[in-house]
Amino acid sequence: MSGLHSTVKVSFKENIRYAFAKPLPSQKYQHTEEILKQTLSVRKASRIHVGETAKAWIALIPALIFLILFMIYPIINSFLMSFLEGFTFVNGSGSSFVLTNFFAALENSRVPDPIFGLGSYAYILQDRLFLQSLGNTALIVIFSVPLTIIIGLLIAVALYSIKPLQGFFQTVFFLPYVTNTIALGMVFQTIFSSGGLFNAVFGLDTFHWLDVQANRWAMFFVIIVYAIWNGLAFKILVFMSGLASIDKQYYDAARIDGAKRSTILRRITIPLLSPQVLYITITSFIGAFKSYTEVISLFGGGATAFGGTNNQEWMTVVGYIYSTMDVNPDRAAAGSMVLLIIILLITIVQMVVSKKRVHY
Amino acid sequence: MAEHETYFATTKQMRRYKANHILHNVLVYGFLTIVGIFIVIPFLYMIIASFRNPEAFDMEDAMHQFVLFPQWWNDTLAEPNYTVDNFVTVFTYQSTNGSTINFGLYYANTIFVSVVSTIFTIATSVLAAFAFARCEFKGKNLLFTILLATMMIPGEMMVITNYQTVKSIGWENTYSALIFVHGVSVFYIFYLRQTFQQIPNELFLAAKVDGYGHFKYLWRVMIPIASPTIVTIAILSLMGSWNAYVWPNLVANGYYKNGWMFGMKEGWSMWLVSNGLMNLFTNSDTGLDHQTVRIAGSVIVTAPLFVFFLIFRKFIMRGVSRSGIKG
Repeated sequence: MSGLHSTVKVSFKENIRYAFAKPLPSQKYQHTEEILKQTLSVRKASRIHVGETAKAWIALIPALIFLILFMIYPIINSFLMSFLEGFTFVNGSGSSFVLTNFFAALENSRVPDPIFGLGSYAYILQDRLFLQSLGNTALIVIFSVPLTIIIGLLIAVALYSIKPLQGFFQTVFFLPYVTNTIALGMVFQTIFSSGGLFNAVFGLDTFHWLDVQANRWAMFFVIIVYAIWNGLAFKILVFMSGLASIDKQYYDAARIDGAKRSTILRRITIPLLSPQVLYITITSFIGAFKSYTEVISLFGGGATAFGGTNNQEWMTVVGYIYSTMDVNPDRAAAGSMVLLIIILLITIVQMVVSKKRVHY
Repeated sequence: MAEHETYFATTKQMRRYKANHILHNVLVYGFLTIVGIFIVIPFLYMIIASFRNPEAFDMEDAMHQFVLFPQWWNDTLAEPNYTVDNFVTVFTYQSTNGSTINFGLYYANTIFVSVVSTIFTIATSVLAAFAFARCEFKGKNLLFTILLATMMIPGEMMVITNYQTVKSIGWENTYSALIFVHGVSVFYIFYLRQTFQQIPNELFLAAKVDGYGHFKYLWRVMIPIASPTIVTIAILSLMGSWNAYVWPNLVANGYYKNGWMFGMKEGWSMWLVSNGLMNLFTNSDTGLDHQTVRIAGSVIVTAPLFVFFLIFRKFIMRGVSRSGIKG
């Protein structure tokens, strides 16, 4: 008899339903159910429905006030601003709240008159500095993202395959994540100074990496090295948690079939890790397109120093936005719209590609 | 070993397997060690350089700068001078034009801002996540979708307008600008909502029978159950505030205006640690030109984070792998 019972398969979901939704018809449970029904129906009939909505809004209001004021409104405002060429803020005077300023600008009551249209976009897309920042950012993305992902994946797989010292290595690799980007950028700057550690180790006498005499590509090299150093930690962590979720049966089966390590890596590990790879690819593409702090911390000249003699050599898109924002907010807003479009495109392309390649 | 013998038909096969195994281990550990060195060198260099004598350091060759005791290596090399002067300089420096570098003050600002903004973030996020997870109201899904969609939009777009908003409402150089403007995060609301939704509905019904209202249930049942997530959010938020540079640099680059808080007087700099650190490198005052002084600044900005990490290592690593953001 007991054997018969054990063959009846009850899914987890059904189990839950038995446990909660369909109480056994014992006296005790019926009683509870009765009370539950009564309480709920009585309250529902009187004022619970209104009360619940009110409570929801009470709970939402603190967050919503700040989200509307500092997130929703700025998004709309910056979006509209990007279509008003020549728009300027009136700084410092209390009456010039940004939105009223915007309406005033629409009525052409300000000098110089803002022009509604795509003027700011036309301007920045012809501005050599903006195009240069776009190119710079694209270069940083193209080099740093694939390198970081590949190295991170290799480290994660290697780390996952060992037992002794695994925790130690994992902690070491995580260290860059918990450091201040500015502080470590400054340390990299010192390491790559002409009399610094890097030149001494590789016997490069007084090669200029980052200072004003430095070559454009020398600076680029340091930017990429720092981006990889800074970005590895997070990728390794995500890949490690992905590896831990792969069913061990696949590996056992492959081993019984006598598969080589490289085959296992190519045919099992990487396909099963593809959701994590997709996630990391999207987030790191977006992150790298917004790189800014990493670059300025290496040159150490404050918020607007991007290397080279004119301090603009490796200016990024975000850097362009921040450095034009005060005087030409319309151009900064147009720049941020371009950034938004790029981010959307990257995400869409990667989602489409992933439809074919990602195995869930 | 005996275990292996049962697996292999011949000793030759076994030997080959063992050789492969050893080779694999050598390669894996070698690779990990090389990457580990690459990761660790900047930290080691930072710590060693921050304790070196500034004048001597500038004239030493780079190997000498890095090796802890070069005289052990080669006895013709001079003994390096170790000193804590760099740290003293960072905390007490006073330039000829009267401007001071005061990392004690930057520390105080940063700790105050990060603690208050973390409390603010958690309070608002918990309430909002509760409304989304537990309550039914009209327009809930629409509102939530709108909030989720904003996560795609780059923060720079908001910064452009917020910068002007802060100026027009007189929040420039105040703690409010640092605490409230970017205090509410859609991501944290989303993350908490997911945790809240995993709490079975039956608990709520049971609590209702016991006479709990919505908020009492939130306080007594949901928050204790979701406490690991809340701790993770607190840690990420604290780390984010500690590392903030761009926003404070825009809105709090001067001195506090009104002297009401903690009996502040005029001349109370609003800088956070990252801003103070950047200033060490951009300031052209001669006393700050030494690399060792700047590196000492980097050490004192990084050190609290390290201590924090060593204490909360598990929480941080678990939280980051689940959430995936950098503050």
